[in-house]
Amino acid sequence: MSLDRVARERLVRALAGSVIEHADELTSLDQAIGDGDHGLNMKRGFEAVLAALPGLADKSLPEMLKAIGMTLVMKVGGASGPLVGTFFMELGKALPEQPSRADLVAATEKAIEAVKARGRSEAGQKTLLDVLVPVHALLAGGGDAKAIAAEAVQAADRTTPMQALRGRASFLGERSIGHMDPGSRSASLLIGAAVETLEFEVNT
Amino acid sequence: MSNVGIVIVSHSPKIAEGAADMVRQMVGDAVPLAWTGGDVDGGLGTNVAGILEAIETAWSPAGVAILVDLGGAETNSEMAVEMLPEDRRARVLVCNAPVVEGAVIAATESSGGSPLAAVKRSAEEFYA
Repeated sequence: MSLDRVARERLVRALAGSVIEHADELTSLDQAIGDGDHGLNMKRGFEAVLAALPGLADKSLPEMLKAIGMTLVMKVGGASGPLVGTFFMELGKALPEQPSRADLVAATEKAIEAVKARGRSEAGQKTLLDVLVPVHALLAGGGDAKAIAAEAVQAADRTTPMQALRGRASFLGERSIGHMDPGSRSASLLIGAAVETLEFEVNT
Repeated sequence: MSNVGIVIVSHSPKIAEGAADMVRQMVGDAVPLAWTGGDVDGGLGTNVAGILEAIETAWSPAGVAILVDLGGAETNSEMAVEMLPEDRRARVLVCNAPVVEGAVIAATESSGGSPLAAVKRSAEEFYA
């Protein structure tokens, strides 16, 4: 997979656009079981990412991902900033400039391990890991773009009946059951946007 | 000054500043002290840049103990510690203690010249 400058800019705009467009939805999910700032925080972070264009896309793919991660760490705030930011930073550290699918599988695994360490969390606790882990499994198992995008959406849906064991929602105990995890929703939005952009690149 | 520095991180700048006021009044000026609170837009939250700045302000060769309130304050503080230059990283610890009481106890321990590990332990044990 080779992403030229135009493709890298398209990827950044798609990632940021998906989060910014759904900021209100993320906020209302977070109002149900968190402190209601997830949409606003993520929007602020990705607006800062957009503001770094076009220079951001001049960087190589790994450097660009690291820069996105750093911007999210510094701007998003909350626990999401370090978690989502760490994912992008580690992905950037692990990916070569022109990654193969196997490179992407390996780098994503490293990034997921870093998110687990940062949040001291595992899948099954109603966090973004409940999207990242199954999506990674499908990516590693050879799933196509459509299947990966669908799994991201379904994985976020599957957090609804879970009880939160990490993050602010865990304060609610059983009352966290019945609401989708906002962090899982934003992760699924980002994955959906990435898959759509990358598929476009592969097919054109 | 070689006493351990204390950094207070709260989602609310008012709480962080108030806790710092209590430390100053109860423990005095023998301890390097800094506080930070709020997101980058001034709302409730915490931010890595603010925490890094506070660590710099309260820096001591003996190290820095960070007291935090809820989840994001801890995650952002750990992120900030990781972003420090390598020679400083091991000399900054996030304490698992209530932010106000922990700050006062940590500062009291620090003011007596205790090393970083003892400062952290005091803050964590008092309410354990």
